[in-house]
Amino acid sequence: MGYQMSTVEFNNVISKLLLDYRILAPVCLEGKGTFSGTDLVTYGDIERIQDVVFDRKTVYSAKEAVFPPSETMFYFTEEEFKQPSVDQKGILVFARPCDINAFKRLDAIYLESGPYPDPYYLQLREKLKFVLMECDHGFKNCFCASMGTNETSDFSLLVRSEGDQIFCLINDTGFEDLISESLASNSIRKVDLQPGFVQRNKTRLQIPDKLDNSLFSHPLWQEYASRCTGCGRCNFSCPTCSCFTMQDLFYRDNPSCGERRRVWASCMIEGYTEMAGGQEVRKTQGERMRFKVMHKFSDFKKRFGFHMCVGCGRCDDVCPEYISLPRCVQKLQEIKNGGVR
Amino acid sequence: MSVHTKKLIKNAYRITRDRDITALRIRVPGGHLPVEYFDIIKEVAQKYGNGTVHITTRQGFEVPGIPMEMVDKVNRLIAPILKGLEKDIGVQVNDEEIGYPAAGTRNVSGCIGNRVCPFANYDTTDLALKLERIIYPNDYHVKIAVSGCPNDCIKAHMQDIGVLGQVEPLYNPDRCISCGACVDNCHKRSTGALTMVNYRVERDEKRCLGCGECVLTCPNSAWTRGSNYYRVVIMGRTGKKNPRIARTFLEWVSEDTVLKVVANMYDYIEKHIDRRLPKEHVGYIVDRTGLNVFKDEVLKEAELDAKAKVAQFIDFGRYFYDRNQM
Ligand code: SF4
Ligand code: SF4
Ligand code: SF4
Ligand code: SF4
Ligand code: SF4
Repeated sequence: MGYQMSTVEFNNVISKLLLDYRILAPVCLEGKGTFSGTDLVTYGDIERIQDVVFDRKTVYSAKEAVFPPSETMFYFTEEEFKQPSVDQKGILVFARPCDINAFKRLDAIYLESGPYPDPYYLQLREKLKFVLMECDHGFKNCFCASMGTNETSDFSLLVRSEGDQIFCLINDTGFEDLISESLASNSIRKVDLQPGFVQRNKTRLQIPDKLDNSLFSHPLWQEYASRCTGCGRCNFSCPTCSCFTMQDLFYRDNPSCGERRRVWASCMIEGYTEMAGGQEVRKTQGERMRFKVMHKFSDFKKRFGFHMCVGCGRCDDVCPEYISLPRCVQKLQEIKNGGVR
Repeated sequence: MSVHTKKLIKNAYRITRDRDITALRIRVPGGHLPVEYFDIIKEVAQKYGNGTVHITTRQGFEVPGIPMEMVDKVNRLIAPILKGLEKDIGVQVNDEEIGYPAAGTRNVSGCIGNRVCPFANYDTTDLALKLERIIYPNDYHVKIAVSGCPNDCIKAHMQDIGVLGQVEPLYNPDRCISCGACVDNCHKRSTGALTMVNYRVERDEKRCLGCGECVLTCPNSAWTRGSNYYRVVIMGRTGKKNPRIARTFLEWVSEDTVLKVVANMYDYIEKHIDRRLPKEHVGYIVDRTGLNVFKDEVLKEAELDAKAKVAQFIDFGRYFYDRNQM
């Protein structure tokens, strides 16, 4: 069922939701952009609908809600260890279709790829519900339509903001009474509401169906060896990158106590494939780029049946060297077609 | 021909090597110029000058080849420049039809700052305009320049007052993935103020320049921008007598403090200048009074917050043209 209300009224809905949920959404952190005088649009807690940024794409993705950059797994003393307690509240995340679809990729990795689901991921993932944000016409560098991730039915609420009016669709029986519990009955206005999805993006990709080892030593990768600085931004912004590394640290004041953390790792940063003894599997940024592209557009699919990349375009948005992953895939297709040599 | 040279010079014209011919200096505070003024500069050069302009090191335009008797006409022609670039930003100009009211205090120059440069920590042109409002018109010979960061592209270290942008980097350990990029970069490009301890980054506040490189480097926004601050370097100069590079006088001070210090400096000059000389450059006044007198007077009523640091003494080093060559 769809409803129309003023932002003031919708903020009553939010207040009601906040009793049971932490609500995360794209927010604008003023002056927090990398460069002076710029803002950072990223995920953050909200308390009113006016806090939500509807018209810009976030730099970092919603994956942080369940897969934080740095997560303490347990604290240890000499004899015992203890897992940190987890907030009892649910988590509601405002997300676009590509980002919601990205969770299907994370689920595959964390819940379906091993013999057991990853308990740290699971305990947060179980709390997670989505509020769908529609995309009017997508943003620069988006290519969700090419990845088939431009639509989703996995959402509890749809929230659309038009001027000072909010349109809200309830798509989850658990939230059926939300509106009647938040608003006076005489101010409830029902409307017909259907989610709108982007059908075309400016960036369009054809994913080569066989990305095989014949491309392994193609000179294409050498270009990236000279362009990529290995900063890792493309990984940290990506809603589907899920690699982490472990850190055991011993408190300085009392080294017999400490904690184990897992923190994000990046396949583009030197040292990712380094093994004990210092041997490194992939040595150049070209090889690293090749690994990433093959993983996102070929290897993952071999295992799970769908591509890892959801076409959000963030890796392209954030690369300081203007390296575009979709452009790289287009080049691969051109090579397959006999174009670029 | 009778010309009151002092008045001419105060009007931002010069005595040139060619008899009866002058050159006009046009100020461009902060060095950022709306292009509409090019038309006027071009007209002055074509109609009254020799068809060329010199781009000055202070980021103004010098229009040479103007016959001295044309000065009044030129002044009327440049009235929109005086209005747009001076009066409208709050500089006291009583009559914009009669040319520049003073020339002693030079154009406030600035690097391109955060309107363009990724390294910048603030809007340099904006600060230059605020300074211009305070110091102009004034006859005292003072040079001020503002740089967006310690790279100091405008060479603020060659000025009486040089202002360099600082930012306080704020660290969010929850976003840090221990990649070490900021630590490495601070060592290579800046001061080596960062160290990795227990997979977390520690910043030595005493060493940190506030350059903002760590914020620029971090791929995960673990470092973000805190408040803006300024480093003020003083009494750098070129010239025939004892040239030297400016040294740090203040660090981690607010914009208000910068503006206050500059305003106070004019009172200091007023009080201590040697009036027997045709003009005395502020740096030489400080040489005579000593830093402590300067410090007490320019910091009068300046509110320094807890972070601010003030130089206790300054060693300008020695450099003489005539003593270092055989
Ligand atoms: S690889 Fe790039 S486009 Fe694909 S999901 Fe990751 S950030 Fe988005
Ligand atoms: S963001 Fe660009 S430069 Fe940085 S690792 Fe990724 S591709 Fe390389
Ligand atoms: S001084 Fe700094 S801010 Fe200014 S142009 Fe140079 S690098 Fe950029
Ligand atoms: S602001 Fe500059 S000097 Fe200070 S820690 Fe960051 S990089 Fe180092
Ligand atoms: S660059 Fe950022 S993520 Fe890397 S160590 Fe420094 S603060 Fe941590």
